[in-house]
Amino acid sequence: MNAATAQPPTAEVGRIDVDPVNAAARRPSYAKRAKIFPRAVAGRYRTVKWVALAAILGLYYLLPWLRWDRGPNAADQAVLIDFPGRRFYFFFIEIWPQEVYYITGLLILAALTLFLVTSVAGRVWCGYACPQTVWTDLFMWVERCIEGDRNARIRLDRAPWTGRKLVKRAAKHAAWLLIAVGTGGAWVFYFADAPSLAADLARFDAPLVSYLFIGLLTLTTYLLAGHAREQVCTFMCPWPRIQGAMLDEHSMLVTYRWRRGEPRGSHKRGQSWAGRGDCVDCNTCVAVCPMGIDIRDGNQLECINCALCVDACNHVMDRVGRPRGLIAYDTLTGLADPSGEGRAGWRRLRLLRPRTVLYAASIGLVGAVMLATLLTRGDTATTVLRDRNPLFVQLSDGSFRNGYTVKIQNKRHEARRFRILAEGLPGAVLSTVGGDTGDIAVEPDRLRMLRVYVAAPLAATPGPVTDFEIVAADLATGERYAHATTFRRPE
Amino acid sequence: MVGSSGRPDETPTTGHEWDGITEFNNPLPRWWLWTFYATVLWAVAYWIAMPAWPLVEGYTRGLLGYSQRAVVAGQVADRDAMQARYVERIAAASLEEIAADPELLSFALAGGRSAYAVNCSQCHGSGAEGAVGYPNLNDDDWLWGGSLEAIAYTIRHGVRNESDESRYSEMPAYGRDGFLEPEQIVAVVRYVLSLSAGGDGPAAGEGADIFAEQCSICHGEDGRGSVDLGAPNLTDAIWLFGGDYESVLAQVQNSRGGVMPAWGERLPPETIKQLAIYVHALGGGT
Repeated sequence: MNAATAQPPTAEVGRIDVDPVNAAARRPSYAKRAKIFPRAVAGRYRTVKWVALAAILGLYYLLPWLRWDRGPNAADQAVLIDFPGRRFYFFFIEIWPQEVYYITGLLILAALTLFLVTSVAGRVWCGYACPQTVWTDLFMWVERCIEGDRNARIRLDRAPWTGRKLVKRAAKHAAWLLIAVGTGGAWVFYFADAPSLAADLARFDAPLVSYLFIGLLTLTTYLLAGHAREQVCTFMCPWPRIQGAMLDEHSMLVTYRWRRGEPRGSHKRGQSWAGRGDCVDCNTCVAVCPMGIDIRDGNQLECINCALCVDACNHVMDRVGRPRGLIAYDTLTGLADPSGEGRAGWRRLRLLRPRTVLYAASIGLVGAVMLATLLTRGDTATTVLRDRNPLFVQLSDGSFRNGYTVKIQNKRHEARRFRILAEGLPGAVLSTVGGDTGDIAVEPDRLRMLRVYVAAPLAATPGPVTDFEIVAADLATGERYAHATTFRRPE
Repeated sequence: MVGSSGRPDETPTTGHEWDGITEFNNPLPRWWLWTFYATVLWAVAYWIAMPAWPLVEGYTRGLLGYSQRAVVAGQVADRDAMQARYVERIAAASLEEIAADPELLSFALAGGRSAYAVNCSQCHGSGAEGAVGYPNLNDDDWLWGGSLEAIAYTIRHGVRNESDESRYSEMPAYGRDGFLEPEQIVAVVRYVLSLSAGGDGPAAGEGADIFAEQCSICHGEDGRGSVDLGAPNLTDAIWLFGGDYESVLAQVQNSRGGVMPAWGERLPPETIKQLAIYVHALGGGT
């Protein structure tokens, strides 16, 4: 399987002197933070985490540079949040401020997906995909490259300030800051045309707000991933508290199989395994933990389910010749059932539970509604606001006139001309300020607002309120966009 | 889990005891404490740097010399500077030129709306809907003309004020001043109402004779009024002081006429132009 199995199957494993400093039981209130020096580890989950890290960071840094041709009158950036132009572009989708509910829908979908994933597979988000985890992982990798692994870092931390320490520390912080600047730099590219903004930034000619946001994200990235690290998850983030309501006894969690592991104790080469647990109490699981806890204490708020302890323990089990999976993804029901100790946790996973069905159904429903509205939405719309002050005006010939604010949204990337009509109001006369209701030009991808006056003789209105429609008809194609409104006159 | 509360038994107490209840002496979190000290320092620095303490006469000014009035004045100046290029063009352009230029029209409509709300809405109403004695500016009936020029003149010079160039008209108080007998007034009121009743047309008789003699000089022989004289059209659906019998009778009897200030004496010419554009665009301009 891997290099570990090539070693003698009953190697002896020494005990690492490490305290789970962030475990709740050892963390009195008001205590100063104890530094954590996680040890490097290799294995299946570490590999998954590296792949996830590369994919997420790659997506984050490269997405703004992707081009998407939308024709001559629109931005050609695939993903762009254009605040000055008040548009959000996402590949083939263009969202106007009026349609910001799609963002709400996306947030609802994101929340529900988080609920579903958590109820099935625990804190997958926290362990693999959360920016805090991803950037902290990256920063720890940099730290390891410059200062060495756990023991070297502890020694360096305790060493007096010599030139060597100074150089290493300076190099580390410089590298962190460089990554942090890159993070903030990538962020601003989502809000402006990336190539031109990059050129402006290089010439120190970009808008001040760009530099402000680069500075802000540099600061937060450097502080949160470099310095605050596990404290963000333990003290700042609400998710560890919320997930208690999402998890149940059928959720997959990173767990220590205490039935198999206890009683724990050190194991000498050749000793019998009878009458004792498989845990050799080597503390490797504690040493690799980025959160500074001991997974053998059971499920705890601090655990982000990154599964690095699984990799570490499997490695140790290989060396001492015991089966893997002493620490593994398993459910609480699985853990309580001694008969299934040998089986992989996911084989006992119950996917169909009221909770998961409800979450999945909600995701399907919200997704379907969003998709349906997205597919059926029009690219042109008329909206009409009737004046309320005054409600109506009497003209000298005894007829009445109402005023309307008419907005024509032209989401097509071409200039268009419209004719404004009143339908359902015989004899109505339309007029507009500064234009001709028979030929209203609307620029490409723009909204045009008009003041429209509708005068109608008494005979056209059977009562004080008459329903009718204001229609914008495309002069070139004849397409009609109507909006229902009312015409009012006194009793 | 005993002992996991993070507050072991050896936590010191303050020494205060009430009926056996003692108080733990837990320190404040450091970040909180330092933030608190920082706010105290901030407050002291603020007193020194900014206007802070009221005195018997005035207040302490602070070293930075900050003043909200100066800020507002600066913002007003900034606004004027931003609007200057439009205002200058409006000053140079004729009303027709402004109405034909979409950019200037849009600016004038917005500026006119604002100036209207500040100066005109008190009498003419926030929707320019008017009231009894105060003309409705939305309709197509204009005492002094509804063209851009006529509206601008009326705004600039006002109506029945002390200004020499003011619009001026005065209807005699036929009853109060004894020009006509009560019976004659009733007859002429019935005749005037018949002009716009839409029925059999103007009734002949005593009322018609009195109208021809007394009223037609200003209101015209057909009662259609005169924009030059500011005499209302008596044949249409719009009545400044009410169109029912009682109201018309009261008008012939006592004669009322509204007063409008000469806004040219109070507002800059560019604002008058914007107001004229705005009022003209309310729907009734001719």
